[in-house]
Amino acid sequence: MKILACISVVPDTTTKITFTDNNTHFNTAGVQYILNPYDELAVTRGLEIAEANGGTLTIVHVGKADAEPVIRKALSMGANEAIRIDAEAMDAQHVAEEISKIAGGYDLILTGRESIDYNGGAVCGLLGAILGLPSVNVVTRIDYADGKFSFDRDIDGGRETVTVAGACVASAQKELCEPRIPNMRGIMAARTKPLQVLPSQTAAGYSQYATFELPAAKSGVKLIDPSEAGKLIDILRNEAKVI
Amino acid sequence: MSVLVFAEISDGKFKKAAYEAVSYGRQVADLIGSKVVALAIGQGADPGELGNYGAHTVKSISVGEAFTADAYAAAVNAIANEVSATIVIISNTYTGKSLAPRVAQLMGASLATNVVSLPDTNNGFTVKRGVFSGKAFAYVNLSRNSKVLAITPNSFETKAFGETATIESSSISIGSSSIHIHAVNKVTGKIPLTEAEVVISGGRGLKGPENWHLIEDLATALGAATACSKPVSDMDWRPHSEHVGQTGITIKPNLYIAVGISGAIQHLAGVSSSKVIVAINKDPEAPFFKAADYGIVGDAFEIMPQLIAAAKN
Ligand SMILES: Cc1cc2nc3c(=O)[nH]c(=O)nc-3n(C[C@H](O)[C@H](O)[C@H](O)COP(=O)(O)OP(=O)(O)OC[C@H]3O[C@@H](n4cnc5c(N)ncnc54)[C@H](O)[C@@H]3O)c2cc1C
Ligand SMILES: Nc1ncnc2c1ncn2[C@@H]1O[C@H](COP(=O)(O)O)[C@@H](O)[C@H]1O
Repeated sequence: MKILACISVVPDTTTKITFTDNNTHFNTAGVQYILNPYDELAVTRGLEIAEANGGTLTIVHVGKADAEPVIRKALSMGANEAIRIDAEAMDAQHVAEEISKIAGGYDLILTGRESIDYNGGAVCGLLGAILGLPSVNVVTRIDYADGKFSFDRDIDGGRETVTVAGACVASAQKELCEPRIPNMRGIMAARTKPLQVLPSQTAAGYSQYATFELPAAKSGVKLIDPSEAGKLIDILRNEAKVI
Repeated sequence: MSVLVFAEISDGKFKKAAYEAVSYGRQVADLIGSKVVALAIGQGADPGELGNYGAHTVKSISVGEAFTADAYAAAVNAIANEVSATIVIISNTYTGKSLAPRVAQLMGASLATNVVSLPDTNNGFTVKRGVFSGKAFAYVNLSRNSKVLAITPNSFETKAFGETATIESSSISIGSSSIHIHAVNKVTGKIPLTEAEVVISGGRGLKGPENWHLIEDLATALGAATACSKPVSDMDWRPHSEHVGQTGITIKPNLYIAVGISGAIQHLAGVSSSKVIVAINKDPEAPFFKAADYGIVGDAFEIMPQLIAAAKN
């Protein structure tokens, strides 16, 4: 079995988000980059399925060379090989088109539910549509038996169980598994695992990010005396008018 | 040329998000001088209702087939072709998130998800969307002729236009899917978190799952949905589907009440777009107070019963 896991490289979750050049660029100064938390789950579950079925897991990332430490981290978790498509990722559509060029022949393609920076939540569905494969979003369980993938996925107000016979794309949601922490042997092995760099094969971009904005700051908290807590309900009803 | 709106039906009813999407679609259509076609797939809901929210025409496909991303996207694309839609509006619900990218790809359209504004068409076609899990917004220009917009629930008011739509049953049907649905487990009678207007949320300060009646009773009294912080779902005090924040669900209710939650940056990321935020915490230094509109410094076990009593009143 051949599995492909798409990974994005995102600012650490504690990052205070700011912008530069008149709010036209994300301020990368001092930012620590990590493997997108949902992609960590995709890589982990992909590895478990590959290992249980005598398969391999390939990592793919669309981005520049500065992402290589994070790609090596995915290799140190146990992935067999990695591909970096050498292009500045413009948007989810550009990323999906680039990945689609190398995604032929895989039985399962995994992404994260969304990247925690641009939050497109789009690459899974886009890849499915480009490759003509079914796409199963936000999965909390993946199992494989008798040539079929079985998934649990979040739906609005609940959960459903689906199966797909044959190749498909799925996006990882929390609860899929516990992320695997690389061990020393994995870290050593990752240094020499193949990391292939391929040139970009598409014209970039269906959209252009023009400017950014931070949410309006709160004007300050209005404190209510704890001995008269019930007043809060009155305020929410008659002053804030939200209930 | 038209604006096509996917009006989501769930359990035989249009979702509130569907009305929001139709009202939004109408405003986009008015902006670019075009007409709104709403698409209603499924049984039970009365397509006529959508006229009131601004639809000029409703195409109805009354099939029994449950939602699958591949089959529904093919149908939406076919309808978009039929009505010459250049803009497709979908709500950014779980269903919408599965659907929108596939529709965009089939149409060769630019895609924007998490959209929180009407488009600005003065210079291109620019929308505002949430990025960095609620920590910021971006203005993004969509450069393809066709566009697919997935709009964030609770970001737009529903508008009553008081009009009557033309209802047409569509000749296009939902084709077969490669995805086979085996079981659907829906919690009925509960308000989905992403669409709830009021959310009551509990953190580690509540000490244990046995105390959750405090959250649930206030939620029931206010018609609210319940949520929790990450450690609470990690410890299985509450289901994972309730975890909000940067690595959970991003929500945008009118009112968010956080009880015994410290207000870590990852938690705030997912909730800071709420219109009004209330923090209840015994620690006056809790970071949540900096992000809140109203606060009560005190013990949740003393404060919550007072709130529940007042809310029932
Ligand atoms: C990669 C990563 C991703 C993360 N993603 C998320 C996420 O998506 N969502 C999320 O929520 N967290 C997330 N976190 C965790 C986050 O950093 C915090 O640890 C978490 O939000 C804390 O949860 P809490 O406020 O419930 O608990 P605590 O930090 O333990 O806070 C409990 C609060 O309750 C108060 N309290 C205690 N007793 C009482 C009482 N009797 N009455 C009133 N108040 C009381 C305390 O003063 C305290 O402020 C993430 C962390 C990492 C590293
Ligand atoms: N530059 C990238 N390279 C490879 N995969 C990516 C990239 N960006 C996003 N992805 C994948 O697509 C998922 C969803 O991303 P997004 O649509 O940007 O929210 C991520 O969790 C990754 O699995």
